[in-house]
Amino acid sequence: MLVFRTLVLLILSFNCFAAVEYRKFSDPQQEQSYKTLIAEIRCLVCQNQTIADSNADLAKDLRRQVYEMLQEGKSQVEIADFMTDRYGDFVLYNPPFKAKTGLLWLGPVVFLLIGLLTLILYSRKKRRDNGLDSNVVDKEKQVKVKALLEEGEQL
Amino acid sequence: MLKYILPLLLFIVMAIFLAMGLSLNPRDIPSPLINKAAPDFSLPILAEPEKTLSKNELLGKVWLLNVWASWCGSCRQEHPIFNQLAKKNLVTIIGLNYKDEAPNAKQWLSQLGNPYNVSIMDQEGRTGMDYGVYGVPETFVIDKKGVIRYKHTGPVSVSDMQTLLIPLISQLKAEI
Repeated sequence: MLVFRTLVLLILSFNCFAAVEYRKFSDPQQEQSYKTLIAEIRCLVCQNQTIADSNADLAKDLRRQVYEMLQEGKSQVEIADFMTDRYGDFVLYNPPFKAKTGLLWLGPVVFLLIGLLTLILYSRKKRRDNGLDSNVVDKEKQVKVKALLEEGEQL
Repeated sequence: MLKYILPLLLFIVMAIFLAMGLSLNPRDIPSPLINKAAPDFSLPILAEPEKTLSKNELLGKVWLLNVWASWCGSCRQEHPIFNQLAKKNLVTIIGLNYKDEAPNAKQWLSQLGNPYNVSIMDQEGRTGMDYGVYGVPETFVIDKKGVIRYKHTGPVSVSDMQTLLIPLISQLKAEI
């Protein structure tokens, strides 16, 4: 059983090995840029993976492109522009904020606000219904309480 | 009353968004290259590798750039449709043989027919990258000024050809 499980895990892990090729950098900062960029660029073949994770042919080519452009001294912004010029904003995991992507960025905030507003309105209504609101005083009950207290004092 | 209408409204809005999401094709990523100048290339010709074809040689013509490869299964599916288009002599069809081996590509064409006026070889996929190719087959329609007017991702079906590509080609040919 253990042998079987080990085998399955080994086979499953082949993908991870294959995606990484050895890249030589003379400058550690460049290497950092490389790692940042490949973790931010989407592989368009397997759309839920970055090109760092993906083993697809296109991902390999894009990694090569990023590497070559860094070697040529291109900045991270220039490389990101190169990618969006060809594949559109979708290629970036972190798309820029503009009219077209506005809903994507603001949507969650809007939903959060709607949720908070609903929560506040709902809890207020609930409190009022339960008569817990201190502003609402039941005259009749107050009279009754007073009467009872006075009765107790007389005893 | 609001208590009943509000959840219903929320449900309708959600249903509309989900229906939109389901009917969209996630593979169809809008290309930023539409209405932009087609990227330059100068690539060896499959049949005569010592010669090259560049984009500028095609200026003044309406042409299709069809990205294909012998290893691509769905290229087989659309191939007969391009063979038929070629018979009509309506438009120049350029094949971009993407990340392929020349012998395999030649064999593929001799077996299945060759609809291309010229096929050019992009062995490293660099021209493909300039055109934002991410899934073979892809088809670009380029006008007389060398501007990309339409991109089709995935295999072209008979109805795509009849209702989309051919009318567009005729329209572009009529442009000065």
